[in-house]
Amino acid sequence: MPQTTNEYLLILPFLVLSAGIIVSLCVELFFRKGKELLPYLSIALFLIVAYLSVGQIYEKNVLFGGMLITGGIPAIFNLLFAAAGVLVMLNSIGFLKKYGFYHGEFYLLTQLSVLGMMLMAGSGDLVTVFLGLELMSIPFYVLVGMNRKKVSANEAAMKYFLLGAFATGFIVYGIALIYGIMGNTSLIDLTENFYIYSENIIFITGFILILIGFSFKIAAFPFHMWVPDVYQGAATNVTGLMSTMGKSAAFSVIFILLTAVFMNDAGSKLGNYFAVIATLSMLYGSIVALSQNNLKRMLAYSSISHAGYMAIGLAAGNKAALAGIMFYLAAYTFMNLGAFGIISIIEGEEDKQTDLNSYAGLAKRFPFLAGMMALIMFALAGIPPMAGFFGKYYVFISAIQSNMTWLALVGILSSVISVYFYLRVVVYMYFKEPGEEISVKSDYSAYAAVIFAGILILSLGLFPDTFLSVIEYIISV
Amino acid sequence: MNFELLLFIVFALVAAVSSLMMITRKNAVISAVFLVLNFFALAGLYLLLNAQFIAVVQIIVYAGAIMVLFLFVLMLLNTGKEEAILHGKKPIKYFAIFIAAVVFLQVAYLLVFGSGSFTSNPDIEASLSSGTVETIGREIYTKYIIPFEAAGFLLLAATIGALILAKKKFE
Repeated sequence: MPQTTNEYLLILPFLVLSAGIIVSLCVELFFRKGKELLPYLSIALFLIVAYLSVGQIYEKNVLFGGMLITGGIPAIFNLLFAAAGVLVMLNSIGFLKKYGFYHGEFYLLTQLSVLGMMLMAGSGDLVTVFLGLELMSIPFYVLVGMNRKKVSANEAAMKYFLLGAFATGFIVYGIALIYGIMGNTSLIDLTENFYIYSENIIFITGFILILIGFSFKIAAFPFHMWVPDVYQGAATNVTGLMSTMGKSAAFSVIFILLTAVFMNDAGSKLGNYFAVIATLSMLYGSIVALSQNNLKRMLAYSSISHAGYMAIGLAAGNKAALAGIMFYLAAYTFMNLGAFGIISIIEGEEDKQTDLNSYAGLAKRFPFLAGMMALIMFALAGIPPMAGFFGKYYVFISAIQSNMTWLALVGILSSVISVYFYLRVVVYMYFKEPGEEISVKSDYSAYAAVIFAGILILSLGLFPDTFLSVIEYIISV
Repeated sequence: MNFELLLFIVFALVAAVSSLMMITRKNAVISAVFLVLNFFALAGLYLLLNAQFIAVVQIIVYAGAIMVLFLFVLMLLNTGKEEAILHGKKPIKYFAIFIAAVVFLQVAYLLVFGSGSFTSNPDIEASLSSGTVETIGREIYTKYIIPFEAAGFLLLAATIGALILAKKKFE
């Protein structure tokens, strides 16, 4: 089938980012000062991608014979990835110099992984899903292990690589089974005839294998064992990147796979799978996080429980759930990027200052950072004016609409538990006497990242309808 | 006797015998060489099925690149005591038996129950031409252009990643 120039105009965000990756590679190779330029080049690239994606939100197009879908929900995901990418870049400029793995390749790999995420969110075919997933994951494995002098980073990279490859194995096996039943790999065909295919036991087996693979990627309970070590071992800015954008990208694929379920407002047999995953992840994440003293590890467990809250929406499987999870993902992304941004400012070399004790009395020494941290912790706990509250609210509402009130109740119970460990950080910062002196190097770009994250959390929390109405409009078309 | 049938029997015999030899040799290097022979025989089978592209890729990528890499690794790592791998590790053995049983059951299921429900392409002309290099090239550069380019970037990412993890020291 012939391609028109129009199709190439519509994938402009992808083309810009791809061209940018090649340009960045050349800049890094041929200019002595190239490394200094790369973060700004990346930020410019992500801003262009964000701008182009905003323009596409209201026009949905199926391109290249159903391989790629632009506009609509993929465009919103691209916007999310680009915004999060800008925050990660701002956070990394000073961070990489401080902690001894200042390589230009960090920026290249980040750009490549964002390209992979965009492919995942926009895929219309299982082949594109798989390639996008790998294009996202392989840079992640490398980024985690990039600080080769740090033993825990090496361990984390190895663990992440092995378990990630294992998860990919599940996904590929599932794709193979689905291909065997459908005779093609088109997700459009899968969506249109979902309820016919799902009568077939082999199709459902393949589908569940794919979902298990992506449960690894979203860090849901029975498939979470890599999360704490990897999140703690990786450099803090990389943890921020993986825990937010990686999770969003995995969710974007789950959305595409379950489009038929969401659009029919009917729920599905798979609801039970997600209900189990949601319950276990929420309770496990919240309860284990109670006993963590290391802030990065605590956020890792909280990330597991957040995956659980979002899985409530997947179990509910209606339009409200889709909108709710999108909102939750956006809120979660900016909350976690803000939190990891602050941790990356406070932590010293070799991650020495990531324990709660380093945060004792922080309000006296760094009132601004402590204030931002408190804001983010309140948001993560789901206290009303912040974004985290509305994320949980919309997801719980969708569960009640699908007659899964018990699941919403478990969610509320888990939120109550989680308030303890989030507010413990605030208590340490404001009501404890400072312990030993900690050394913090000032880093203005990281401050900027934290401020942007704070603004986004507040604006999502204060004007949730603006964001939500866009999503609801897209879904209803 | 039909010439194609004769070729098929020869290739199939070589493939079966060489794979059997591969798993029974004590020396890993000899096993690897038998695997190369097995790949050549499979490439011959692909050619008989009119899938030239896969046959060529089989020889260039598997027999050429991957197996040479395997041989290098085996020769460099000097793997002398191979017997130790399975002995004394019962769980691995049982797991291997379990996996083999699952795969066998799957194949058996497909052979017994599945044959009726899968529609094979009745258009023999089309299926004959679909394996040629020309058709595959056309598909790659039209329908599958996006996955093709994505695979290119995937390789770029893997190259950069491998370099940065393996580089001796940074300036």
